[in-house]
Amino acid sequence: MLTLLFDGVAYGMLLFVLALGLAVTMGLMNFINLAHGAFAMAGGYVLIVLMQRHGWPFLACLPVAFVVTALAGALLERTLYRPMYAKPHLDQVLFSIGLAFMAVASVDYFAGSSPQTVQLPEWLRVRFEFGEGAWQLGMGAYRLFIVAVCVALALALQATLNGTRFGSRLRASVDDPRVAAGLGIPVNRVFLVTFAVGSGLAGLGGALGADILGLEPTFPLKYMVYFLIVCAVGGTSSITGPLLAALVLGIADVMGKYYAPKLGGFIVYVLMIAILLWRPQGLFTREARR
Amino acid sequence: MGEVAAWIAVAAVPLVFGQHAALINEIAILALFAMSLDLILGYAGIVSLGHAAYFGAGAYGAALFAKHVMPDPLLGLAVGTSAGALLGLATSPMIVRGTDLTRLMVTMGIALVLLELANKFDNITGGIDGLQGVVIGPLLGVFEFDLGARVASFYSLAVLFIAFVLLRRIVHSPLGVSMQALRDNRLRLMSLGASVPARLAAVYTLGAALAGAAGALLTQTTGFVSLDVLEFHRSADVMLALVIGGTGWLWGGPIGAVAFKLMHDLLSAVTTQYWTFWIGLFLVVLMLVGRERLFRPWLWWRRGFVR
Repeated sequence: MLTLLFDGVAYGMLLFVLALGLAVTMGLMNFINLAHGAFAMAGGYVLIVLMQRHGWPFLACLPVAFVVTALAGALLERTLYRPMYAKPHLDQVLFSIGLAFMAVASVDYFAGSSPQTVQLPEWLRVRFEFGEGAWQLGMGAYRLFIVAVCVALALALQATLNGTRFGSRLRASVDDPRVAAGLGIPVNRVFLVTFAVGSGLAGLGGALGADILGLEPTFPLKYMVYFLIVCAVGGTSSITGPLLAALVLGIADVMGKYYAPKLGGFIVYVLMIAILLWRPQGLFTREARR
Repeated sequence: MGEVAAWIAVAAVPLVFGQHAALINEIAILALFAMSLDLILGYAGIVSLGHAAYFGAGAYGAALFAKHVMPDPLLGLAVGTSAGALLGLATSPMIVRGTDLTRLMVTMGIALVLLELANKFDNITGGIDGLQGVVIGPLLGVFEFDLGARVASFYSLAVLFIAFVLLRRIVHSPLGVSMQALRDNRLRLMSLGASVPARLAAVYTLGAALAGAAGALLTQTTGFVSLDVLEFHRSADVMLALVIGGTGWLWGGPIGAVAFKLMHDLLSAVTTQYWTFWIGLFLVVLMLVGRERLFRPWLWWRRGFVR
């Protein structure tokens, strides 16, 4: 029971880090980026390549995964994404689905279609157990590590968003890009940086969770729905909304798969539709935006 | 007049290319499916990533009807269409609310829920192996469905034609015009005193019914149905076909279906495994350059041309 809850939390935290970049993109530029999962996959494959081909340690690969995907994100934002901001939502959706398709096929081509496995280091394969009976809490060191990293990231992001000059510029741009631009905030540059960091976070999440999520070429399409759920349910105007939504989703998914494996994603999807019908703007938004 | 000529040409296609009847049949079905999406997306402006839900409802409705009640194809088509329409009517209150993102998520969610349900109740739907033993009787009691799919291609094209004529009437009726007004400016239409939710529900149901008909056609002409009819890629494919053909006009669906299927066939012949890459690349370029400009290159040099 508690073990499941803990696994759910770990899964949820992972989803949060993965989906955060998407939430920011949606909130800031009103852009629906279905190719976000591709960045996560890229991070995962960077980790795989570095660990298996070059024998890098697990910990050293994580920052590299972040940097590589962040750079890729910045490059793509500059060249491909920017002209799409002014287009209608439908065009954006199709454009990013196209990108996701390309990513899937390219990875398939270069790395093969079979799922990749990660050789976790020894110290992450330890397992702690507390209590007994129904309330036993078993914690894998790997999941504990994920939770720790994700919590640290969430705190750091929250602090950046609330405490720094960049954070207040970003919040201003999210609330109203036009007025923010009028006040002399370089909205485009703010967005470039944010997009890069968001992609990097996705890459980091993909690398971090490669063992839980399973890494294969269809990754972007498989998890796209989950990322979108996090953003749609959590709302895109704050960092706590997606966080709570991701936690709820993670716990519901792990519990659902354990107690009713045949139902699969059914519970999650029904829950999502219900929440969206109840609060179309997301659960945790302050006001209806625009 | 141009449309009449075009339809005569379409009717001649199965006669001329008899050996490709199976492909023609598939194209006709995809065209019908894309037209139903066009009604929703191009005319009413509802973004949907889960249109496969109604396609699947029609497909399973027709299959179960043929298996358990009677094998007549026309009655089965009616049942499939009503299955799509009923589901559309039942789900239409959900798409009336919210923003584009919410609508996208809800439509996708509906299709996913149906997929999970079909997977769960595999004693009814056959689950992942597909529904076996669907036998379809002869069309009008005379024409047996043959392996070469010649009858099937005529059947699908005939249904496509009827749906086209029907849609043509609807689109130019007051309801159709008010839908376009709704797409362009919902607030203004509301202030004119028109009921927006009722209109949206009507058009959504209609689109769902046509999608159901397309699903029923697929089941009847292939004699088989599996979870594949509800998969996400089906919603994405039909959207793609429609966008290639162009939204907001009735020929968009048929033209897009032809282009998409031919492209798919060509690409899979060249690279079986990686054809999605080229489809993706095509989409990206199409969206970046813009439909108008990509298909009308001579406009590039005209000054002040804005899409």
